[in-house]
Amino acid sequence: MWRQVLALIVKELLAVLRDAKSRSVLISPPIVMLILFGYAATYDLDRVPIAIYNQDASEASRDLVAHFLGAPTFRLVATLHSSQEIDALIDSRTIKLALVIDPRFTRDLLTGRPAPVQTILDGRNSNTALLIEGYANAILSDFSTAWAAAHGAANPPATLDIRARYNPTLSSHWFFVPSIVALLTQIVTLMVVALSVARERESGTFDQLLVTPLRPIDILLGKGLPGVLIGAIEASAIIAATVWWFEVPLRGGLAPLYLGLLVFVVAVVGVGLMISSLAATQQQALLGVFLFMVPSVLLSGFASPIANMPDWVQDITLVNPMRYFLVIVRGVFLEGAGLSSLASQYWPMALIAAASLTAAGWLFRRRVT
Amino acid sequence: MMASLRRLRGLLRKEFLQIWRDPSSLAIAFLLPAVLLFLFGYGVSLDASNVPLALVTQRPSALAASFAGAFEQSSSFRMRRFLTIQEAERAMTDREAQGVVWLPSDFDRRAISGGNAPIGVFVNGVDTNTARIVEGYVQQVWAGWLAQQAAEAGRPAPLPIALQPRVRFNPTVNSRDFIVPGLIAMIMTLSGALLTALVIAREWERGTMEALMVTRVTIREILIAKLIPYFVLGMGGMAATVALGVFRFDVPLRGSLWALTVTSSLFMLAALGMGLLISTVARSQFVAAQIAIIATFLPAFILSGFVFDINSMPWPVQIITYAVAARYFVAILQSTFLAGDVWSVILPNAAALIAIAAIFLGAARALARKRLD
Repeated sequence: MWRQVLALIVKELLAVLRDAKSRSVLISPPIVMLILFGYAATYDLDRVPIAIYNQDASEASRDLVAHFLGAPTFRLVATLHSSQEIDALIDSRTIKLALVIDPRFTRDLLTGRPAPVQTILDGRNSNTALLIEGYANAILSDFSTAWAAAHGAANPPATLDIRARYNPTLSSHWFFVPSIVALLTQIVTLMVVALSVARERESGTFDQLLVTPLRPIDILLGKGLPGVLIGAIEASAIIAATVWWFEVPLRGGLAPLYLGLLVFVVAVVGVGLMISSLAATQQQALLGVFLFMVPSVLLSGFASPIANMPDWVQDITLVNPMRYFLVIVRGVFLEGAGLSSLASQYWPMALIAAASLTAAGWLFRRRVT
Repeated sequence: MMASLRRLRGLLRKEFLQIWRDPSSLAIAFLLPAVLLFLFGYGVSLDASNVPLALVTQRPSALAASFAGAFEQSSSFRMRRFLTIQEAERAMTDREAQGVVWLPSDFDRRAISGGNAPIGVFVNGVDTNTARIVEGYVQQVWAGWLAQQAAEAGRPAPLPIALQPRVRFNPTVNSRDFIVPGLIAMIMTLSGALLTALVIAREWERGTMEALMVTRVTIREILIAKLIPYFVLGMGGMAATVALGVFRFDVPLRGSLWALTVTSSLFMLAALGMGLLISTVARSQFVAAQIAIIATFLPAFILSGFVFDINSMPWPVQIITYAVAARYFVAILQSTFLAGDVWSVILPNAAALIAIAAIFLGAARALARKRLD
């Protein structure tokens, strides 16, 4: 029996690897996505265009302006002479932030009243606006403490000493690049598995497969295992690129990472086989892959945290294998997490794998007989 | 000419029937947008609230209590108290807390004697975006607490600057209001580029394209007959998305409907051009789908300014974004929905869309030949 399954696996792998077009699918999407997510997907702000309207020509206000221009985050594109210019500049997306220093700035500083400084932000991308506001706040509070200290004001009772654990410079590459392991493994595995049966059905060779002595379970294994193999190889290549090309630290061991990878790939293969046995054509299979991929990526915590979602959506994410694997990948890479602290991620994924494989087997047998 | 029109009508009838009878095209055009909209509308939020934080007060005092009170009143955080830093750190390692705020045992003494008593704040930096937002919230709570302390003691404000932030277009900084408009570009990319590429590639695969070729139909007629139905389909999906976004998710539409419609049809043409081009190059559904996802959907998602700020990308990537049609459309969408008809945004971006549409449609026309190979 194993010899037959093995033959089917070899045939499956050859079918994917022989065809130049499907071979390129295994190579080009990973490269494109690594580049996109490695370089373009970033929440770090850099050279944000700003304008400054300084109505208080004094040393203190010039010093504040210098604080802003000294930061690499901001890039001055306009020095304004009236507040009427601000709206047009923001409307046309020329600037994202306008800093307005009130004429009373120095007077209020010296008399101990809070000196007014206004920031006007482009809220069309509210996340960027929030981040810019955060940077501006940090600069203003630096200036405040420096000014207070230089002018002999009493120290505030307490100061904050903020540190980020696991990713001290808060580089978003460290957040996104390891996550690509999960994303790409899922895409490639699903594609290979879901399309394999649909392709045979479309070209009529599936019926030929059925008249061979292979049992449904053998066909299932023969279609599923190549997916596991290809997914694991693909993932290893991306893990290598993450470590050596993008230089993201791999703080944990390979054992917890690969255990997670294996369970994850098996779960995804189960889903792929389910799609495959439901679809009659390649187009339907592709649609099925897409209809599964998009929600599973969006509801995985890949780009936006699960904790921000409404409770009922959070409940839905519990059946999403990628959700657990992302925690494992990020945990192993950045936090150096081990098997024990990730245990709560492995078993739900194993349950999903068992359920999806059982469902796939059942659907498959119904199709076959 | 008359014969040409009659042929075109026949082809169009065939295309519409094909779409109507194939549930998967209708699903991509209408079901997928609805699914996407609900997923993004409910599932994707960058607004952190109720962030679980661990608070350690090693030695209880009135000052520490007032500081803790400031955190407990903030809607941004859900505080859990711990007595030792080790327990709090463990909560963070187990992902039960996003960060730790630590008042060391000498907090009270140092605050009263010299001031500048250090408060330790550790934030889990794995999710960098949330970490930054949490840091900002912590600073706000701290500044508010300082001001309140000073006011109670009758001292001048401890921070000499009063910041008055104002966020235009979206004062409550609600991330849904910018995600839903950008999503329209995503949905139209799907129905324009992906669906068109798939359908035409299928004709090549099945050999029905060759069957069309032996007829008198010109290649231009074939292309036009493909464009019109999918244009209608895509604009239908767009209208449905706008309606759902405005009525279901309460996203404001401050610009005019006609500006939105005109710019959307320009983008639709660009997307259709990409779809046509991909299908003429690929000729198999499998490859067409791959190229469509990589060359149109992913860039529309990542390189368009939909979520990630284009200005902050490295310059080689920024140059690539100029070739992404969605970049111009997302700029228009975010402005039309949140700011209104801002012509200084709409006109240059619409011009770019026209140019891109012309290039892709022209290239598709040039590459599509009646050839058998």
